[in-house]
Amino acid sequence: MAVFPRRRQAIVIATVVGLALSATACGDDSDSGSGSNGSSAECSAFDKYDGNDGKKVKIYASIRDAEADLLEQSWKQFTDCTGIEIDYEGSGEFEAQLQVLVDGGNAPDIAFIPQPGLLGTFAKAGKLKPAPADTKTSAEANYPADWLKYGTVDGTFYGAPLGSNVKSFVWYSPKTFQEKGYTVPKTWDELIALSDKIAQGGDKPWCAGIESGDATGWPATDWIEDIMLRDQSPEVYDQWVTHQIPFNDPKVAAAVDRAGTILKNDKYVNAGFGPVKSISTTSFQEAGLPILENKCYLHRQASFYANQWPQGTKVAEDGDVFAFYFPAVDPSKGEPVLAAGEFTAAFADRPEVQAVQNYLATPEYANSRAKLGNWVSGSKGADINNFANPIDKLSVQILQDQSKVLRFDGSDLMPSAVGAGTFWKGMVEWINGKDTASVLSGIQSSWK
Amino acid sequence: MDFADISPKLTMLVYGLVAFAVVVGGLLLLLDVVPTYFARRRERQLLAVAAGDAPAPPAGYVRKPREFGYAIFFLLPVIVLLLIGLVVPVIRTLLLSLKSGDGTEWVGLDNYGWMFSNSDILGVLWNSLLWVVLVPLVATSVGLLYAVMVDRARFEAVAKSLIFLPMAISFVGASIIWRFVYAYRGEEQDQIGLLNQIVVWLGGTPKQWLLDSPLNTLLLIVVMVWIQAGFAMVILSAAIKAIPGDIVEAARLDGVTAWQMFWRITLPSIRPALIVVIVAITVATMKIFDIVRTMTNGNYDTNVIALEMYNQAFRYQETGQGSALAVFLFILVIPIVVFQIRNLRQQREG
Repeated sequence: MAVFPRRRQAIVIATVVGLALSATACGDDSDSGSGSNGSSAECSAFDKYDGNDGKKVKIYASIRDAEADLLEQSWKQFTDCTGIEIDYEGSGEFEAQLQVLVDGGNAPDIAFIPQPGLLGTFAKAGKLKPAPADTKTSAEANYPADWLKYGTVDGTFYGAPLGSNVKSFVWYSPKTFQEKGYTVPKTWDELIALSDKIAQGGDKPWCAGIESGDATGWPATDWIEDIMLRDQSPEVYDQWVTHQIPFNDPKVAAAVDRAGTILKNDKYVNAGFGPVKSISTTSFQEAGLPILENKCYLHRQASFYANQWPQGTKVAEDGDVFAFYFPAVDPSKGEPVLAAGEFTAAFADRPEVQAVQNYLATPEYANSRAKLGNWVSGSKGADINNFANPIDKLSVQILQDQSKVLRFDGSDLMPSAVGAGTFWKGMVEWINGKDTASVLSGIQSSWK
Repeated sequence: MDFADISPKLTMLVYGLVAFAVVVGGLLLLLDVVPTYFARRRERQLLAVAAGDAPAPPAGYVRKPREFGYAIFFLLPVIVLLLIGLVVPVIRTLLLSLKSGDGTEWVGLDNYGWMFSNSDILGVLWNSLLWVVLVPLVATSVGLLYAVMVDRARFEAVAKSLIFLPMAISFVGASIIWRFVYAYRGEEQDQIGLLNQIVVWLGGTPKQWLLDSPLNTLLLIVVMVWIQAGFAMVILSAAIKAIPGDIVEAARLDGVTAWQMFWRITLPSIRPALIVVIVAITVATMKIFDIVRTMTNGNYDTNVIALEMYNQAFRYQETGQGSALAVFLFILVIPIVVFQIRNLRQQREG
């Protein structure tokens, strides 16, 4: 072993100490820009949230990139006025990571949970704090009871709704419809008649795609849920998602088969991509794009598909593309709407966390976010004029319409092993040619 | 990019470097100071003995405990890290695998029963077997063949880097590239996938390659082989170069054919390297996750153990079943590790 000369030892020590000192010097400049200016007129609206200056609230959600920027912008005035610092983090692995964070004792203060099923799991495990009274009051004043029950577990209200999206939409090209003389169908029969008409002309009417990375299959589950609501009653739908009727019940099979009359019909699909099986390898993002090339006429997808059109596409009732309401089978029984959205759930009940919760539940927040664009809310207090985008406007109108029967995306209500597992995978197998009965009994056997 | 955005990261980096310098510097210092101290002391004692003042200390007596102390000192961090990073998680996973999905009740071996009775999971196990048998075999053969063929060829460096390049691509990146290779468009459209375009040029109809089992698993295995063959080639090529020239020359003088040269000289000489390569690729293949997740997400009967384990534990919140799969995977790796250790030992003794 080499023995160092004494002088070199001294140099090593000096270097180490020097580095350590310089590092502490660098580390001191942590930003402390939380100075509250709660006195100005603009801030008077936020007076009731005062007293939390300089406190931090950690929010975790699945919303990322441009959407996350808008989100942070939407509560900027709130944070500026109250001095509460919101530390927002969006993750593409939100559902899996949230579980890990909570189990590891690192739960965020607030999470925007898009799956009531997951919210229920955390609530039952005693991890969630009940929503503060103010949050509950504003939620009850602004959202239908049907919707609030998705944020309620065993009678305790945990999560106020935040953003929403409407899933019961069929995208089409108003321009092409006008050229060819097609009209927007108002009933299921009209929809099928239109599809047949297009198919007779030699074109395939529908395009679809269910590939979505590790979530492949979800767009097909939306189809089934939407048709469940139409083929059966909303009550049967509720029994289905809560497992009061088995997954392979004849009623479910009937709805799946009805979906099959479109999705597994080689005359109808898959416009612009190939035969039926190409649905499973077509990504949901590009599935509707053949509408722009006049290769496809109808594409059932949620309101958020508006973001997928290339730049310069006019999304409006008189534009290049727009969406119509996915018609009911029997409109006399009411018009069901399949929707989804996030709920704000809190893992902490510190005053500043509750202040943020209270604010996010108000119509003021909904309007603040709506003005920034690209967002839909079901809040009654949201002013329709704040939603600039025509498809957002239409979605908000549908959500605020009292005559519509509103139901949450069923796969998000089921246990994740089913709703984000076997149901997705089952639908992929179904598209690939497996028969309805064996797919449904496979899913049923996975639901414990 | 704004400097303010990256400055916390830079501070973190400086902290990391300082911590590294302190720990490593401290260890080096200790390594230097402690033996010198003992050496000096012994020197003084010896001097004292030489001067006739003290009785001679027993020579071999002090060495042993001191070496033991050293060993403990240097092993302790490793043992602690292994304990937190490996032993504790293994035990916890074992316990979890005997519990229900939410970890509340003991269910005995139910999760293992589920694993071997559920037809989906059995399919997963078969796919994994296919991977573990085929990837090491094909990747090593291809790498070896290539290494032998380009050895001392004219453009050896260029030829080798061509095969080695895929190693630099991440599994996810490689999977995305190959997904485009297998991509499908309807007959009436222009193909965007290389494979289907070739099929069309040859007069066939395009196919959805990733849908039909078991062909799709084989097509995924191609991706892994594409990545790993370069690794095998580099190691084996180095081993071939290290074969002593005199053996090769002696064989030549004896008049071996190229065939004999390969089987009698090259292969036995590179046997240790060959085993290392096969073991490394086998272990990597057992853990395969990224390729399947990126290309098919385990759909169309292409699922493998590691992906199913992740899905069960983290996506479906079935920690019990996920842990059972993890334990099974762990048990599968053990014989390979034992084999490798025994092999290393034999080499050292031989």
